[in-house]
Amino acid sequence: MKIHEYQAKSVLARFGVPVPRGEVAFSPAEAGDIARRLGGDVVVVKSQIHAGGRGKGGGVKIARSAAEGEQIAKQMIGMTLVTHQTGPEGKKVGRVLIEEGLQIDRELYLSIVIDRASASPVVIASAAGGMDIEEVAASDPGKILKERIDAGTGVVAFQARKLAFGMGLPAASVSKFVKLLESVYRAFIETDASMIEINPLILTKGGDLLALDAKVSFDDNALYRHPDLKELRDVSEEDPLEVEASKFSLNYIRLDGNIGCMVNGAGLAMATMDIIKLAGGEPANFLDVGGGANADQIKNAFRILMADKNVKAVLINIFGGILRCDVLAQGVIAAVTELGVVVPIVIRMEGTNVEEGKRLLRESGLNFTTADAMGEAAEKVVALAEHK
Amino acid sequence: MSVLLDKNTRLIVQGLTGREGTFHAKAAAAYGTSVVGGVTPGKGGTVHEGWPVFNSVHDAVRETGANASVIFVPPAFAADAIMEAADAEIPLAVCITEGIPTVDMLKVMTFMKGHRTRLIGPNCPGVITAGQAKAGIIPGHICREGTIGIVSKSGTLTYEAIHQLSKQGMGQTTCIGIGGDPLIGTSFIDALTLFAADPDTEAVVMIGEIGGTAEEDAAAFIKRAFNKPVVGFIAGQTAPPGRRMGHAGAIIAGGQGTAAEKMNALTRAGVHVVKSPADMGAKMREALGR
Repeated sequence: MKIHEYQAKSVLARFGVPVPRGEVAFSPAEAGDIARRLGGDVVVVKSQIHAGGRGKGGGVKIARSAAEGEQIAKQMIGMTLVTHQTGPEGKKVGRVLIEEGLQIDRELYLSIVIDRASASPVVIASAAGGMDIEEVAASDPGKILKERIDAGTGVVAFQARKLAFGMGLPAASVSKFVKLLESVYRAFIETDASMIEINPLILTKGGDLLALDAKVSFDDNALYRHPDLKELRDVSEEDPLEVEASKFSLNYIRLDGNIGCMVNGAGLAMATMDIIKLAGGEPANFLDVGGGANADQIKNAFRILMADKNVKAVLINIFGGILRCDVLAQGVIAAVTELGVVVPIVIRMEGTNVEEGKRLLRESGLNFTTADAMGEAAEKVVALAEHK
Repeated sequence: MSVLLDKNTRLIVQGLTGREGTFHAKAAAAYGTSVVGGVTPGKGGTVHEGWPVFNSVHDAVRETGANASVIFVPPAFAADAIMEAADAEIPLAVCITEGIPTVDMLKVMTFMKGHRTRLIGPNCPGVITAGQAKAGIIPGHICREGTIGIVSKSGTLTYEAIHQLSKQGMGQTTCIGIGGDPLIGTSFIDALTLFAADPDTEAVVMIGEIGGTAEEDAAAFIKRAFNKPVVGFIAGQTAPPGRRMGHAGAIIAGGQGTAAEKMNALTRAGVHVVKSPADMGAKMREALGR
C-alpha cells in the first residue's frame, strides 16, 4: 500500500526521524493558515499524489509569503499533474503539503528495501541525492553505497558510520546520521514497510539532517496488524475498478487493452496476458480469481470485467485443480445469464472434471467459444475482439 | 529415484484440523502418500479423520517418525509453524500458506540458518513426486511417472506444464513449486542442484516470473554447472512496471526484474526459452530430440 509524502513523514517522525515543520491542506484557505502559522520568509507548497517526479511537473513550488502560498495552493488543488510516473493521463491533486523552507547545504539519498537474494534488509545511500536513484545507478554506480543489515541485530552503528563517511558527511554530522538511520530502520521493521525512500535527505547549513521528501509503502500482507496505517489509504489515488475488486478479494489490475481475462492463479494470469499479446491482441486486465473461486466470485469477477467499457471480448483460462471445471462452468453460465453479458466469451479449461464442464457449456444454449489449448484460445479471442 | 519426496516419505500436516489441511491431507493419502499425523496446538491427543493429532511438531516427529511436514496454517501464524518445524529438525517443511508478512519471513530466514530443515515456499503449491507422494495442492491425477523435473514460482502454471508434458508423452520425476513470495526457502538454484544429482531426472522445465533476480542467478548457475536440458518460461512479459501482479514477489521495481532481462539471461545460458506458455511441452520434446 502506498501513502502520501506528508503521511510518510508523520510516520517517520513518530520514530524520531527529523522532518521539516509542515501540515497538509485540502483547501487554499487552509494552506494560507498553515503558511501563516509556520512563519518565516519561505514556504514550500507540494502537491500530494502517489507518484514521483512532481517537481519537474510543476507540482512543487516555493512561496515568499503566506498569501503567495495560498495563491499557489489554489492553482494546485484540483489540477491534473502529469509526471514521468503518472502516465499521460496524470493524477488529480486533492491535497497539498505546506512546509517551512530550509537552508540546504547538500542533498543525499537514503532508502531501505528487502534484498531477496540475501534475505535481509539493505540500506542504500548516496551523496548524489535529489535525483532519480536509477539514473545515478546507471551513470555513476560508484556513488551508490549499500549495507546489508542482519535482521537479528538490526543496524549496527559502524554500518551507519561507514555510510556516513562514505557519503563524505562532515564529522560533526556523523552521529546524527547514525541516530537517523537507526530510527528509519526501526520504522521499516515496526511498520512492516516494503520500502522507505528519503530523497533527498538534506544536510542543512546548520549541520542538521532532515527528510525533505519521503516515500513509504507497506507490505499488504501485514496490514492486518496495523489498523492505524490502514487508515492512511487514499482510494482516490487508485483505479475505482481495482478498489471494487479488492472488496471481493479479487486480484485485479486494469490495463489498456480490449480483451478481458479471467484466470485462476497469478502465474497463469500473467501467462495468459502474455499469450494474448503474442497472438496480436492487448489484454484489458490482469485478474486472478484464486484457487477456490465459487459461483459468487465468478459473478463478481464478470461484473468488474464488464464495467471496463474497453472490453470487447473475454478469455476465461482456468486450470482446474481444486476448482472443478463443472463448478466453474455453472458459475460462468449463471453469471452470463444473470448479468446479460453480450461480448463474445472464449473459454479454455483443463483439469478436474473438464468433460462435464464442457458438456454444461455446450448445452447451456449460450454462445460460448471453447478451446482446448491456451494458444488456440488466445487466437480465437483476439479474432473475436477485432471483429467487434 | 526422485527428489525431496518418495515412497519412504512420512508426512505430517501442520494445521491438519483446518478445512484446507483436512482436504489436502486426504488428497495426499489418496495419492499414496504415507500421511502419519497432524499438528494443531491444543488438540493434541485427539484423532482427526483417523490420524493422530499432536500439540507440537516435536511430539509428532517423536511419535510417528515423520520426515516431512506440509504447512496449512493461516498467514498470521505460519512463520511460527515453519520455525517450529525447523526446531524439530524435520528434514523437509513445505509451506503452502499465501500472505505471510515479509518481516515475519525475515525472522524465519534468520532462524533457519542454524537448522538443517529444507523449507519449500511459502506461497507455493508444494511438491509432488509422480506416482509416489505429494505434499501440497498439486492435483495428482495430471501427473505421469517419467523423467522430467519441474521447478516453478507459480501454481497453476506448474499444472499447465505438467499437463503439456503428460500430453506429449513425457512424465515427471518431481515437480517443485518454490513459491511467488520475495523471500522463499528454496531457490531455483537449490532445486536445480537437487535435479542435477538425481539420475532419473533427464531434463527440467523451469518457470519463472517477473520480480527479483532469482532467474538471472539461476541462469548463471546453469551456465556454470548444470548439464541437463532446461526449458524455460517467464510469466509477465506484458506486465506493467511498478504493479504487483498477484504474487507478492511479482513486481518490476526500478526497472529491475523484467521478463526480457530474465529471458535473455536464460537464453545466453543455453536454456530453451519459450515465449508462449503453450509451447513448454513441445519445446521439451524438441530439446530431447524426440
